[in-house]
Amino acid sequence: MAIDTSAREYTTIREAAGPLIVVEGVEGVSYGEVVKIVTPGGEEKTGQVLEASKELAVVQVFEGTSGIDTAKTKVRFTGDIMRISVSQDMLGRFFDGLGRPIDGGPEVIPEDRLSVIGAAINPTARDYPREFIQTGISTIDGMNTLVRGQKLPIFSGAGMPHNALAAQIARQAKVLSTGEPFSVVFAAMGITHEEASFFMRDFERTGAIERIVAFLNLADDPAIERVITPRMALTTAEFLAYEYDMHILVILTDMTNYCEALREIAAAREEVPGRRGYPGYMYTDLSMNYERAGRIKGRKGSITQIPILSMPDDDITHPIPDLTGYITEGQFVLSRDLHRRGIYPPVDVLPSLSRLMDEGIGPERTREDHAGVSNQLYAGYAEGRDMRDLVAVVGEEALTSRDRKYLEFADEFEKRFVTQDRNEDRSIEETLSIGWDLLAALPEGELKRIDEHIIKKYHPKYRKEE
Amino acid sequence: MGEKGLIAKITGPLVVADKMRGCEMYEVIKVGEEGLLGETIRLDGDSAYVQVYEDTTGLKPGEPVIRTKAPLSVELGPGILKNFYDGVQRPLKAIKEKVGDYVERGVSVDALDRAKKWKFTQVPTAEEGKEIVGGVILGEVQESKVITHKILVPPGVHGKLLELKEGDFTVQDTIARVQTEGEDVELKLMQKWPVRKGRPYKEKLDPEVPLLTGQRINDTFFPIAKGGTGAIPGGFGTGKTVMQHQLARWADSQVIVYIGCGERGNEMTEVLEDFPKLIDPYSGETLMERSTLIANTSNMPVAAREASIYTGITLAEYYRDMGYDAAIQADSTSRWAEALREISGRLEEMPGEEGYPAYLATRLADFYERAGRVKTLCPDSEERIGSVTVVGAVSPPGGDFSEPVTQNTLRVVGDFWALDSSLADRRHFPAISWLRSYSLYLGGLREWFAKSAAPDFTEQREKMMGLLQKEAELQEIVQLVGADALPPRERGTLEVARMIREDFLQQNAYHEIDSFCSLEKQYLMAKIVLQWYDGAMDAVEAGIRVEKLEGMRIKDAIARMKYVPNEDFREKYEQIMKDMKDEFEAIKVKLKAG
Repeated sequence: MAIDTSAREYTTIREAAGPLIVVEGVEGVSYGEVVKIVTPGGEEKTGQVLEASKELAVVQVFEGTSGIDTAKTKVRFTGDIMRISVSQDMLGRFFDGLGRPIDGGPEVIPEDRLSVIGAAINPTARDYPREFIQTGISTIDGMNTLVRGQKLPIFSGAGMPHNALAAQIARQAKVLSTGEPFSVVFAAMGITHEEASFFMRDFERTGAIERIVAFLNLADDPAIERVITPRMALTTAEFLAYEYDMHILVILTDMTNYCEALREIAAAREEVPGRRGYPGYMYTDLSMNYERAGRIKGRKGSITQIPILSMPDDDITHPIPDLTGYITEGQFVLSRDLHRRGIYPPVDVLPSLSRLMDEGIGPERTREDHAGVSNQLYAGYAEGRDMRDLVAVVGEEALTSRDRKYLEFADEFEKRFVTQDRNEDRSIEETLSIGWDLLAALPEGELKRIDEHIIKKYHPKYRKEE
Repeated sequence: MGEKGLIAKITGPLVVADKMRGCEMYEVIKVGEEGLLGETIRLDGDSAYVQVYEDTTGLKPGEPVIRTKAPLSVELGPGILKNFYDGVQRPLKAIKEKVGDYVERGVSVDALDRAKKWKFTQVPTAEEGKEIVGGVILGEVQESKVITHKILVPPGVHGKLLELKEGDFTVQDTIARVQTEGEDVELKLMQKWPVRKGRPYKEKLDPEVPLLTGQRINDTFFPIAKGGTGAIPGGFGTGKTVMQHQLARWADSQVIVYIGCGERGNEMTEVLEDFPKLIDPYSGETLMERSTLIANTSNMPVAAREASIYTGITLAEYYRDMGYDAAIQADSTSRWAEALREISGRLEEMPGEEGYPAYLATRLADFYERAGRVKTLCPDSEERIGSVTVVGAVSPPGGDFSEPVTQNTLRVVGDFWALDSSLADRRHFPAISWLRSYSLYLGGLREWFAKSAAPDFTEQREKMMGLLQKEAELQEIVQLVGADALPPRERGTLEVARMIREDFLQQNAYHEIDSFCSLEKQYLMAKIVLQWYDGAMDAVEAGIRVEKLEGMRIKDAIARMKYVPNEDFREKYEQIMKDMKDEFEAIKVKLKAG
């Protein structure tokens, strides 16, 4: 890194409040500039300019403001924006939330130093994602198909197995046509040491560790650092995907902690709050992370994102899942009800969605009957769930025979289609054939969502006759 | 007083500049060494507050700020169609050629290609020596396969036409000279217009003609008029964007302006890939020939997002002035409102409800009021009628319609297509709730439907609507006692309501045939469903058990009728009606025999 001669040092901190410091008497400070701070105790911290005016700079300090005083603390403006050193050698390495190695290994010898902000991809340069990723999980492959370049979050809640699910996806995900595995960029924001080591153990056990770059900001690490962590991870992912033609799966966990950090900064700045005290620009801010997923025409690599967020009180209307859902291309919603009944993975398919599914399935991608089967399973399961509510009031006797079939269908669907083992890697053919077995229990006339010739070709009834 | 000021402060997309006295509100400003595009949104003594349309990272206090002395304007002329712009009309394809795959800042590219030559031909009504006024057509340019671009005298220009040329010109070449009271004015193929000001027209007309969309729930149940306004509110995953895409694809509008305002990049890519392939059912050419796209995705600068809907509606108004029916799909107006909120917050304005500025309602009303079916500006002898229809998607937080953007939108729009997440969860698409939605245009359009579709078109709609209402009431009882306990007539009603929901209202946007349903097919489908209902009620009267009706073979044919091509439908209709009659007869005969 070139030494910047324009760097200027001040000891004129006027105010320190929450994660912010206000430095006065500064000159030529630019918006977004990186700041190095040395406390009287000798501790070095990093910050970034949030507001720049003629005399004054407001700086957010990633490591928190403890130890900072208004007399002796030195503030050095580096004249550069936030950057990360990137290199292919980052694979297999562990970094902290600001991109510094924490695995005892040497510093990364940078091939490039990239701005972490990431400009918007020109929509005309995007390549529409349509390559089916087989995760081996029926509720995903069959019902909410993931495609390469998609951003698809897991909406979970405290105590649910979202980590196990994410790890299983990372382990099993492959593109059917080529079979090549993904490399993983893993960004942890405020998760516990235990959760982080669960992932690391899982990656190690399966030998995937060589294909992983991990950025870890754990629960006891500085909270404000978290606003930078996903940007570090995504910049690295872009470098590997577009310079080295790699297919990258980015796991961001837990976005709720990221948003809490945003709120903390906004509150310290006394900004006008939006819903529930979160800043009004949270949508824009989140999109600047999520929209970095995708494919670009003429480049081989891709970035697929799986952010994980825990919904406070399982409330899907909370601003964090809500704004996320408006940006991402669908969502996997985990259900506490299914989890309580011991069903793994507890993916509730009804509120779950993959917006890019239609283009990713069908002949030559999965199978021609995929769309119809998936639609029919949805309709059947939804109807069955309604019946369950009804039975709770009027009892099973009041149901017509048709209604009873749907009631059974919903139970079977959960037992055979949703439920699978944590290490079970189902092929898309297996998933679809379980689907057909379930549908065969319904009267054929009820299968309105499937084209007639598809029924004739795939329905177990006709297949047996062959 | 100067034309140059200095940056005093930068906070996010807002820059405060000093030494700016004399600067006007909403004037375009070039900010910093790189000349980033911005617009003044508040003046305070010597200071001007500028919202910047590009990322402000790296800007420093003390950098220069230059006034342009012009409001934010768009370029209007041939070349708008088939183009793809950002929120302030910068062509994205040209930007890509210039700077690569990412939208870098400080890039300056002309909205209309300066090098391309267009063949301009005079129209017979325009001749040298004639007195002309704003709105008069001078000549034509074939802009795309389906749109003949009329070259208009800009509003405000009037006088004697001194010279009118013909031949191949670029948008900047002079094609005509007009002697006005002041200096002579040179007219070009291109004109400019400030986006925040509606283009003038002569007279607004009542909404009497429907904008057909090929979507059954829209056309039959909640139609929108040409020049009308509609809102599609819905939580995420309820299908707002698919709905907007469907309208952009199949609406019988001559020009489409699609605005992706703060939404996903891949969705714009999808439109960009689809439109040059999909065939417009009205013209037989691809959809791209009649469309222009504006994309300011969620991660593009927030201030440009605020400007994007004004850019879009100004383009639409321009085509309206040529006498075309133009339609705008704005997805999503909530993101526009949030951009407004973000800027307002940075200005430290007193917030209204949920942090939105107090002027949110006025701004929304101003925008939607620019829609309308009008007599355009021109002499009476050349009277033209054009329209701008506006449909805005709304993304209420948590799907809760009581929030300010939805509520303020509902106060000004004529159509409310409420998306329901419980319908979406069970994959009932389009997930428009038939119980919550409404159309204020029903009365005005009744006559058109009676004349142009079928005399009993509206009557059929009301019958179906009545049945769905009845179903909702019956469902409450079913929740308590179960369907078995209902009398046979009521069970028949439930059955036909299910048929209306599943076989009529549900429409598969991804199915080759079902995606677009002609008005005739809609009418005949409704007729079949109602015929079944009448037959069923007769049968019940005659003492036939409901289970018999529920198991009728004809129901399979009805369930699949939506997949019959528009042009073959009448034949299929005759067949179904006959088979249905026969089957009902057979059931009755059996009853008598047995």
